[in-house]
Amino acid sequence: MIDRRLISNFDWGMFIAALVLSLIGVSTIYSATRPVFDAEQQSFYIRQLYWIGLSVIFFLAVISVDYRQIVRHSFLIYIFGIILLVLVMFIGRKGMGAQRWIPLGFLSFQPSEFFKLFFILAMSRYLAAMGENLGLGMLKISKIAAVFFVLPALLIATQPDLGTALILLFIFVSMLFIAGIRRRLLVIAVIIGIISLPFVGNVFWGGLKGYQKNRIVAFMDPKVDPQGVGYHIKQSKVTIGSGGFTGKGYMKGTQGPLRFLPEKHTDFIFAIFAEEWGFVGSLILFLFYLFIILRGFDTAKKARDLEGAYLAAGITFMFTFYFLINAGMTMGMTPVVGAPLPLMSYGGTALLSNFLSLALIENVRMRRLPNPFN
Amino acid sequence: MERRILVSSYLVLFVFALLVLKLFNLQVIRGGEYKKVSDNNRLKIVRRPAPRGIIYDRNGMAFVSDMPFFDASAVKKDLPEDWNTLFSLSSILNISTETLKAVLNKRPVDNSDSVKLKENLSFDEVAMLEARKIEFPGLQVDVRTGRKYLYGALAGHVLGYLNRLTPGQLKNDDFSDVPQEAFVGQYGAEKFYDGLLRGVAGGEIIEVDAMGREIRVVSFEPSIKGKDIRLTIDMMTQLEAERSLAGKTGAVVAVDPQTGEILALASSPSFDPNLFSGGISHDEWSSLADNPDKPLLNRAIQSRYPPASTFKVITAIAALEQGIITEDTTFDCRGSLKIGGRDVGCWQKHGHGRIGLQRALAESCDVYFYEIGKRININTLADYAKRFGLGSTSGIDINGEITGLVPTSEWKERTRHEKWYMGETVSASIGQGYLTATPLQMAMLTAAVVNGGRLIKPSILMRDEGGPSLNEEPVRVRAETLDIIMRGMRGAVQERSGTGWSANSKLTSIGGKTGTAQVVGKDSFSKGYNKKFKDHAWFISFAPVHNAEIAVAVFVENGGFGGVAAAPIAKNVIEAYMKSKSDNEKLRLEKLKEMTEKSMPEIVNEASATESSEPGSGD
Repeated sequence: MIDRRLISNFDWGMFIAALVLSLIGVSTIYSATRPVFDAEQQSFYIRQLYWIGLSVIFFLAVISVDYRQIVRHSFLIYIFGIILLVLVMFIGRKGMGAQRWIPLGFLSFQPSEFFKLFFILAMSRYLAAMGENLGLGMLKISKIAAVFFVLPALLIATQPDLGTALILLFIFVSMLFIAGIRRRLLVIAVIIGIISLPFVGNVFWGGLKGYQKNRIVAFMDPKVDPQGVGYHIKQSKVTIGSGGFTGKGYMKGTQGPLRFLPEKHTDFIFAIFAEEWGFVGSLILFLFYLFIILRGFDTAKKARDLEGAYLAAGITFMFTFYFLINAGMTMGMTPVVGAPLPLMSYGGTALLSNFLSLALIENVRMRRLPNPFN
Repeated sequence: MERRILVSSYLVLFVFALLVLKLFNLQVIRGGEYKKVSDNNRLKIVRRPAPRGIIYDRNGMAFVSDMPFFDASAVKKDLPEDWNTLFSLSSILNISTETLKAVLNKRPVDNSDSVKLKENLSFDEVAMLEARKIEFPGLQVDVRTGRKYLYGALAGHVLGYLNRLTPGQLKNDDFSDVPQEAFVGQYGAEKFYDGLLRGVAGGEIIEVDAMGREIRVVSFEPSIKGKDIRLTIDMMTQLEAERSLAGKTGAVVAVDPQTGEILALASSPSFDPNLFSGGISHDEWSSLADNPDKPLLNRAIQSRYPPASTFKVITAIAALEQGIITEDTTFDCRGSLKIGGRDVGCWQKHGHGRIGLQRALAESCDVYFYEIGKRININTLADYAKRFGLGSTSGIDINGEITGLVPTSEWKERTRHEKWYMGETVSASIGQGYLTATPLQMAMLTAAVVNGGRLIKPSILMRDEGGPSLNEEPVRVRAETLDIIMRGMRGAVQERSGTGWSANSKLTSIGGKTGTAQVVGKDSFSKGYNKKFKDHAWFISFAPVHNAEIAVAVFVENGGFGGVAAAPIAKNVIEAYMKSKSDNEKLRLEKLKEMTEKSMPEIVNEASATESSEPGSGD
């Protein structure tokens, strides 16, 4: 069923990098949740291990089907995704002030987590059909936005899941950029963006929920309320900073297990890692992520067709945004917007989604055109 | 397309570079600073006060010991916030629900979320809390070591008490190593020798979580126990002094005239220093501080009264030294003497007849000393008073001593802008008028008379225990003069006509001088009706007459005649000391037990029953 050539084209580097990062994630979750008062270790790390196993199986499953087959059904998949997003409005489980989860008996999952992939698939097919070096103008962009972007973005934003909606916007814009935007429009967009930032910020501000405003205020000045929202950012910076050059050592971090840093094993897992492994460890970790990202762009360049190129580029952008937003957030560079660190944060849906995304890139890479010099 | 992907890669690289820069800034440049913050997060430094030194009497009998005190505190977030809990706690701890609510609403000191509900729980309260522990999650009973004064109020004014650091002390460097919650000496020996008794506090560094719960002890530094000290006080003598003063207002000071060691120092009414050990409540403090009898005032060193006839000792010394009289000089006492056109009376209205110096001292003839007063300059008299320590602090190692006053003509002109009248010198010569002294000063004066003329700085701490070194000043008076005075004082006690006859002892030979300080003019009418206007009684004494081992000054406020109210007390104290010296330790402990087993009211009753049984001889 699987071509021998496909197997020889399998990019071990990306797969192993992803697997290593997810295992580093498990070990960091283990350290972050190690018990201080209770006798037993909480089971987070075991559940995460199960999810890694499941993710690898799905990874293998996804690479065994030609991505072109998948892309062919991408519009259907996209519509299925939209239905799920609508569904979550009605039967979704509420948690932390938002309605994002669909309960599935023993587990619940976030449709928006997978929808981003569906979105990239559909966009890839649509853009590929249009060709390359499109030199998109305002009109065409509006059309594409109206078809693919506006409805899901609204559905996700009203859950509310501003983080994901924002990521969706980034993916949308960056994929258009890859497709080619008219140079004049690009320049004007950048200029208008810079000029209107305060105004947009103001309107945006009025539409925010209380906790969202708090997060932004805290981001601007963590000292405003050290016990409240600012506390989170401050403690995250303390956690990272206290690691110093070489770190406190594995299982020797204090900020997480002693509960000074909330959400230590989910969104703030990087802080825990940086505390224990220091600047040296963090730098190596960054290189792993950078490797995966550059590998993704490389795959886009080498893809055998436009669909593969758009797909690989889109997914790489998504992965990049998640990484940058999460790392920036934990280091106090960007506001706190509930974005997990790809591959490392605790959470099954996100992990599975990460592996599926990378599987699609792998898929495209395996089926690239043979290197003429090889 | 490839170009745009390349651009994207470069953009990603650029942003990564920014992240790495930020990471470098956080971990490498500011890493040390954040490390400190994270350590401050998790490490709590707890200072543990050292066990305090024990205070013994001169014979090695302990005045104090350590005992556990129990405090209740609660971790607020674990305590159920319902009325039931509030009411139960309120009834167990005997605090009103309002107070309890106010305490629970207080913001905790650190991030520990734990608040102190009540200090110094009774055993019943502890038992109740322990029994019903399950109803109050988050409630803790903490044990701490506190001071127990074994004999309650005994020597309260000497021992002093412990209390929390005052706001001033919190800022003082001397207390920088004292844990904030610790108790330090705030009065008496506990205060003066706090540096010796306190020891060196130890410390623990404890790892805590974000909720302030203790996880483990990271490092531990043991405390160094405070030094035990031996006071010069003789517990039996002290006990007798206080027993004799019970129910009265006044003071007794007994001192070894050769060394300046204070053998007993009592002030009545007194207080129980145990009240402070567990953290004194507001009500308890108010009842002490606002009490009109001022139990917190150490009358032995902090109150001044005209020394009255006890001062005749100084007048006589001055007159002898100045050649105004000799031992054989006699005057004729007809019950009064006309001075400046006014008659001043002798307490003996019928007069003493022709009387010499020794009888004048023994029978406290006023006219004899008026005659001296007519012939002596006030400033000369003041000079001798000062040589014997009046008008300045004795330098005793208890805080708060006052000076009293020795008036001079210069003093009067400076403070009252009036010239000195001869009549005032006459008044001063019998220890009345502006002249005031503390009981301690009078005891040290007596000591100086009987030890060959050495004014010694008194102390309450044994010299070999780190007490002050012997510090004495010669009074520059001829030995014969002091001999004459001592013979006069012996007569006062040992002759039936002496005013101090009631101090006469079969056990030892006592010498003394009575004094009766008039309170308001000569209005005997009001005196009879109001105790407030009764005269103050003084008695200064020493024993044995040859080679005195003890000098005692007794003062009883509104006690009446010195010979009646004060002299018997001095006799009791002297006898107690003489017996104590010959007792062995076992006997001493037995006696002490017997004495202290009686409650205070019993002692008072006993004291008042014996009060008026002695024959009154006047002054």
